[in-house]
Amino acid sequence: MTPDATAWDALRLSLWVAVWATVLAIPLALWVAWLLARRDFWGKSLLNAAVHLPLVLPPVVTGYLLLMAFGRNAPLGRALEAIGLQLAFHWSGAVLAAMIMGFPLMVRAMRLAIEAVDPKLEEAAASLGASRQSVFGRVTLPLILPGILAGTVMGFAKAMGEFGATITFVANIPGQTQTLPSAIWSALQIPGGEGQAVVMVLMASAVAIAAVLLSEMLARRVAARIAGT
Amino acid sequence: MTLSLSLSHRFADFALDITLEAGPGITALFGRSGAGKTTVINAVGGLLRPDSGTISVDGEILLDTSQGIFIAPHKRRLGTVFQDARLFPHLNVAQNLMFGARYAPKGSVGPELSDVVSLLGLEGLQTRAPATLSGGQKQRVALGRALLSHPRMLLMDEPLASLDGPRKQEILPFLERLRDGPLGLPILYVSHAVDEIARLADRLVLIQNGQVQAQGPLFDVMSNPAAVPLLGVREAGAVIEADVIAHGTDGISTLRISAGEIELPGVQAPIGARVRLRVLAQDVILSLTRPEGLSSVNVLPVRVEDIHPGDGPGAAIALRAGTDRLLARVTARAVSELGLSSGMQCFAILKATTVAPGSIGR
Repeated sequence: MTPDATAWDALRLSLWVAVWATVLAIPLALWVAWLLARRDFWGKSLLNAAVHLPLVLPPVVTGYLLLMAFGRNAPLGRALEAIGLQLAFHWSGAVLAAMIMGFPLMVRAMRLAIEAVDPKLEEAAASLGASRQSVFGRVTLPLILPGILAGTVMGFAKAMGEFGATITFVANIPGQTQTLPSAIWSALQIPGGEGQAVVMVLMASAVAIAAVLLSEMLARRVAARIAGT
Repeated sequence: MTLSLSLSHRFADFALDITLEAGPGITALFGRSGAGKTTVINAVGGLLRPDSGTISVDGEILLDTSQGIFIAPHKRRLGTVFQDARLFPHLNVAQNLMFGARYAPKGSVGPELSDVVSLLGLEGLQTRAPATLSGGQKQRVALGRALLSHPRMLLMDEPLASLDGPRKQEILPFLERLRDGPLGLPILYVSHAVDEIARLADRLVLIQNGQVQAQGPLFDVMSNPAAVPLLGVREAGAVIEADVIAHGTDGISTLRISAGEIELPGVQAPIGARVRLRVLAQDVILSLTRPEGLSSVNVLPVRVEDIHPGDGPGAAIALRAGTDRLLARVTARAVSELGLSSGMQCFAILKATTVAPGSIGR
């Protein structure tokens, strides 16, 4: 049994969507993680709750809320469409859905990593004359790289596997918005489609395992550099 | 180079209210844990924003709460050496050192990497990771890193407190070199170890419960009988300077102090060197007549200057020996039985064990 064109399309789209979702989410997740770990401000628990919402809401609900906000008839969706950015029923909408669903996982991993950095090291850097930006760039960031990697892999895996919010928000149009999970689901709806479903399940599993192995390897390398061996 | 500060800060359980001046030389802040020493050094470094107060270095204002001035820590140019060395774990020794140098202002005058490496004996450590260093080595790297940032002043917060005896002895000579060397960097030195202070400090500030109890030149504060309860009765005692004049073949050296000559074992300094002696108050015995047939030969004629009764059965006696001041701790009963009073001439017997090797400096 070899993958058919639909399967390859779905894999290609899933990778494309997941990479975009992860890359776009990293800086924002890092910033939010830093805010939650290091700053005290009014509404902090509210922000924390909002970040975690996609983790606890049924994904279909998240997808529906996205449709309400960015649908072609919603004010926000219409405004974005006027500047040429269509989200609903478009692969870019799948990127947004994947970002939002993976975001809490990324923030959690990064926040834990930032909290594990002793603020005394940052104080020491400041006492030597490093500005807040330099302290972050030269002390905090290198020390949390393993956490950033872990969060990135989590976010990527979530983006690869996201189904409920994606299918609700951008539907399941082969070649346009049909990601690997959507394609697997579709294949299972067709009599005799189990074969292609199995092929795509293997594809999805291979990508997930490869991502974990890659991140383990990178994390080991970073940890070794930090330990200085 | 002078640091002036006046701070008030209220914590949940105590209030700090401190005014002091520091520099040039080493100014030691002494007090028990929780006395407020670290609060002072954190406020100077900008790591803590006190409720109210002013801090200035040579007239440049670092903090003035009434005017809303707060200079950020990284703009103060005060190098801090913390009790825990706080080396960056992802950088090796050389990279840690260069982290300091990176932020030295362009064109500023101060030690270069090679100077610091030789001053602190860091040869051969440069490629090592902080995790592989001993406590003493870490502290030396932290000191070097701070020096390379070309600070106007060094802040040292119990830099030796986490080290054991031998490791302390490994660092102390470097601190003395720093004090006496060409850098002439002023240091604000927080400690609760009297032996370190006796060996290093030029000025001493005694802090208790967030208040300054005494401050002034080290020799004056250490010989002040009122300071005995603050330093602890076992630790209190004058610090005096002596010149090494001879080393005997039996390991006993002769030293000259202003009141005469004394003999001590275990003096490492060469002939002609000037050393500091720490004469513990509890190791000074008073006699009305010149004693004969004693095992100790260190008997000095002294004049009683002040008698300071303590809370318990003891009393601290301030003595004048030549131009130096000594401190003796005797019982209140002995004071009345000997009839000690201010202005009286008597003899002080210093036990030969008074001076531990670590108590001798410079």
